Order: sequence, then C-alpha cells, then structure tokens
Amino acid sequence: MMSFTVGDVVAERDIHLTRESLVRYAGASGDFNPIHYRDDVAESVGLPGVLAHGMLTMGIASSVVVAALGDTGTITEYGVRFTKPVVVDPADGAHVHVLATVGAVDETSARIDLKVTFGETTVLGKAQLRVAI
Amino acid sequence: MPVNTELVGREFPPTAPYLVGREKVREFARAVFADAPLHTDVDAARALGYADVVAPPTFAMVIQDQTLQQLLSEPGSGIELARTIHAEQRFAYTRPIVAGDELSGRLKVTGIRTVGGNAMITSEAEITDAEGAHVVTATSVLLVGAGE
Repeated sequence: MMSFTVGDVVAERDIHLTRESLVRYAGASGDFNPIHYRDDVAESVGLPGVLAHGMLTMGIASSVVVAALGDTGTITEYGVRFTKPVVVDPADGAHVHVLATVGAVDETSARIDLKVTFGETTVLGKAQLRVAI
Repeated sequence: MPVNTELVGREFPPTAPYLVGREKVREFARAVFADAPLHTDVDAARALGYADVVAPPTFAMVIQDQTLQQLLSEPGSGIELARTIHAEQRFAYTRPIVAGDELSGRLKVTGIRTVGGNAMITSEAEITDAEGAHVVTATSVLLVGAGE
C-alpha cells in the first residue's frame, strides 16, 4: 500500500507523441475526428495544426499514475478540463511532460494533482485523480 | 440552429451491450502508453484479484461515446460535431472495467448553459455491467460554438 504525503511526487514522465500515436489512439478509441490526423482539415477549422485527442492526453496522464500505483482498483474519481491543445508536428511530433503530485489527503482518500505540459504550456486544467486509501 | 435547451433532463435508452475484449484492452492500453502489467498480462491482473486484464481508467469513454452518439444524432438538437469541443471530462468509478465485462451506458443531459451564441452541454453516462451493477459514471462537458 502506498502512503501519501502532500507535496510528494507520485510519478513523472516524458512522452513523445507522433502522428502515429494519434492514429493508433484513433483506432483504439474509435475517435476518428480528422482534426487529429489531417493537416488540411485542421487548418480549415482554424487550428494551429493537427492536435492530439484531449482524451489521449487525459489517458496518458492516468497511465503515468497507474504505473506508479500498480493497480487501478483504488481510483474513485478522475477529471480534467481541456484548456490548451497539444499540436503534433508531422516530422517532430510533440513532447508532453506529466508530473503527478499528492495535492491533498484526508482520512479516506488522497487527491493526486496532474500537471501536464506541452513545452511551457499547461494543457489540462484542474486535472485530479482521487484514490481511496 | 442554436442548441435546443429543452434537451435538459432528457434521458436516452441504454446502449446495446458492449463486450470488453482482452485484445481491445491491450490495444487501448498501448495507445495511451499504459504500461502497468495489469492492462496486458492476464497473470498480473489475476494476481491482483481480477478475472482478466484491466482497462485503463479512460477506457470508459468508449462506452460513453456510444451514448453521446445518441445525443448528437437527435433530430433538432442543434449540436453540430464540427462546432463541438470537448471542454471537460470526469469519471466516477465503482470498480475498474475488466475484459469480459458486458457494459451498457445510459445518458442523461444534466445541464445546458448558453453564453452568447455558445452552449455548454453537461451530460452523464451511467455505465453498468450485465448484472445492472454500477461500474462508472462518465460526465462530459461539450462546448458547442455559435453557428454561422
């Protein structure tokens, strides 16, 4: 059983996304919105480029935490706001950084706060995962 | 066409049962960089007390998406996919999703807030197993932009 102390780093990881990652997630999730793989469509709706699925970013963030926890059975809640896009360059992809820290602890649960950044930009708002303790 | 605010309170019928496959869980886990062994290794999952491999927490969106398709295809909803942005997502779990589960989702529109020409639509998909027991509730907030 993990112990949780406010401020402790639960996990931290760099993930390199490529266009292949987006196509793979599209197939696995069933989300085939073309803004996640077609530059022309992304451009036509005014986006800065092809974007990673918000749910992919959300999924990556919880994967980093689950790798540290070793189990998902204690997770009771997980929520995020999608505040900024992750633009995935066709050649260079995109680097996403995930930092998970203990934000709060009470008698029955711990709140893990997720800071997910793309370059200098934080892309998820109020990203919190709650585990029973 | 603006978003139809009379959709608030609307409940949709449960979606057809979705059988969670072991290889689908592995495929999804790989796609979200989920490398904890319980997602891919049956023995590791069983050692933790599960019947089969365990889906990553956001896998519930696959079932939620089926429920949202009902909302998007509702005649006169005023929700156009091209103008829709996923603004917020939450999950509240009773237990993890495990390969072999047969899941069904029941969507309820819980709120629509209009600001200018934009609409924020909040909906809850209650996902239950073959016995009707609660597995996870998936709440999404969709932002639908003003049309031309």
